[in-house]
Amino acid sequence: MPAKTNTDDYLRMYRQMVRIRTFEDNANQLYLSAKMPGLTHMYSGEEAVAVGICEALTDDDRITSTHRGHGHCVAKGAEFKAMFCELLGKEEGYCRGKGGSMHIADQGHGNLGANAIVGGSMGIATGSALRAKLLGHDDVTVCFFGDGATAQGLMYEVMNMAALWKLPVIYACENNGYSEYTKTEEIAAGSITARAEAFGIEAHQVDGQDVLAVNALTQKLVARARKGEGPFFIELMTYRYHGHHVGDINREYYRSKDEEKDWKQNRDPIIRFRAFLVEEGIASEEEIEAMNAEIEKAAAEAVAYAEAAPYPDVSEVDMHVYAD
Amino acid sequence: MREITLSQAVNEALAEEMRRDPTTFILGEDVAEAGTPFKVLSGLVEEFGTERVIDTPIAEPGFTGIAVGAAMTGARPIVDLMFGDFIFLVMDQLCNQAAKIHYMSGGKLNVPMVLRTNMGATRRSAAQHSQSLQALVAHIPGLKVAMPSSAYEAKGLMKTAIRDNNPVVIFEDKLMYQDKAPVPEEEYLIPFGVANIKREGSDITLIATSSMVQVAEKAAETLAAEGISAEVIDPRTIVPLDEETLLKSVKKTSRAIVIDEGHQSYGVTSEIASRLNEGAFYHLDAPVVRMGALDVPVPFSPALEDITVPTPERVAETARKLCAGEMIHAA
Repeated sequence: MPAKTNTDDYLRMYRQMVRIRTFEDNANQLYLSAKMPGLTHMYSGEEAVAVGICEALTDDDRITSTHRGHGHCVAKGAEFKAMFCELLGKEEGYCRGKGGSMHIADQGHGNLGANAIVGGSMGIATGSALRAKLLGHDDVTVCFFGDGATAQGLMYEVMNMAALWKLPVIYACENNGYSEYTKTEEIAAGSITARAEAFGIEAHQVDGQDVLAVNALTQKLVARARKGEGPFFIELMTYRYHGHHVGDINREYYRSKDEEKDWKQNRDPIIRFRAFLVEEGIASEEEIEAMNAEIEKAAAEAVAYAEAAPYPDVSEVDMHVYAD
Repeated sequence: MREITLSQAVNEALAEEMRRDPTTFILGEDVAEAGTPFKVLSGLVEEFGTERVIDTPIAEPGFTGIAVGAAMTGARPIVDLMFGDFIFLVMDQLCNQAAKIHYMSGGKLNVPMVLRTNMGATRRSAAQHSQSLQALVAHIPGLKVAMPSSAYEAKGLMKTAIRDNNPVVIFEDKLMYQDKAPVPEEEYLIPFGVANIKREGSDITLIATSSMVQVAEKAAETLAAEGISAEVIDPRTIVPLDEETLLKSVKKTSRAIVIDEGHQSYGVTSEIASRLNEGAFYHLDAPVVRMGALDVPVPFSPALEDITVPTPERVAETARKLCAGEMIHAA
């Protein structure tokens, strides 16, 4: 791990990772207690990916997110209250309750939306980057997607155009080892990074459980993309602690409990980074515990707030079909 | 007034709007130097450069998705989809993404993009280059759908589409690109959702879209010579639909035929006929009749292809029967 360079940045990264984990723990409880309509896809285990990347971005930079999008949403600057309201379909949600978990986004911070079509946002991210280039803006767009999405044809169409036109877009492939209920090795032939390289796109593979490694790489690539050196591709090796969605509980037919235990105990991004912060003297155990407790309290308050918040009025059902 | 072709009208609309708004740009296959296979875009790349008239690879879902993202973040892209039949390739980007983003974001994000494409059979292009697929997209809430029936409409509707803050699909009949019509030199826009009464009449209403307007007008002339007064109405946009004007006409004439070049089953004609039945039932003297394309893939052979689409003769024949009370099927 690199030497201490910026205490505030490190503490914020830790804090954001814990906020994601805490948000997901609460979302899971809402599902298990039947308080949340529908299903949701947990980001737990992948926190270093969203945080490492989003901490390298400004509010003007854009991201596109996925069905497993709560982590991206938090990392790009969203608040708990409006997120839990969205999860429960309430009027004060970021999407006024019309999107729910699979479309959650804090649009004000450059999040162009979570997308429930696997790979569906790759065109959107690339188009955002084309807009930046055409209009002379210097923002960069990061396209989050999973290993499963690498099987979609759209990805290759837009990577081709991004490379031809040198667009400021970074394709961030969160390889959590599973394409829904199927091992990635069963759905992905050859190398994932080599696919980007075939288009002449510089591709990197990084430990997605190491927030500093993710952040350092992303910072470099974002700076280069701003200068017109894009696009770039990153494959982030990570792990999904829960099943494909919260209802995917009995999953031993596709992955073992031992494997899950190994990732949780030995490669957890939050445990690892916490140990680093203490070792380096950036924060004491007490300070970290206090931060964790404060986040838990904020989440509990936001959940209570969202549970009590009103649903949208029924008159909203046909509002926002068309923009004025 | 000067007369220009539908192709020139579209070209003028695009050029005027691109001069007016620097965030507009065109992307699609062979749109730049080639100016598309129909030469509709000829000259635009010379004025606006390859940065704003962008040739893409043959990757319809990819460049449509790119347009969605550009539109969401402050540009006004105009997608050129070379043939309407290729709309099947872009369905996810158009219908799952563009159409729903404003709603799914609770009104926070907009997708101001235009997808211009074409329709129309009898060009001997067979089943994958001849379809009229407007009903497919008109079915999806969040999309607007315009169907110009002449150069005049093509220009005015295109300018409105580009300024609209929603995804708009425009279907141009590819057989009409060289058809001339009077088009004013001065700027004009045609609002969406305002039907045009092309010809007034009192015995029967012919509601027709795109090139079917010409078919209806020819039928109306034939019928006039026989003493049947037909009113011809062009909705101009099928989403939004000017139901009020259509209902008012049908309440006056008591009979209606709806003509559209899409397949008849589950099509534009079915939808409009259904709305007339619901909104003017008491005023009707005969069932509202649908006339769409035959429910067959468009055949190549001229002998077969020509009988798949409504013709003035068949429209006139149907109108005669309706006015004579021959199509009331009492039990």
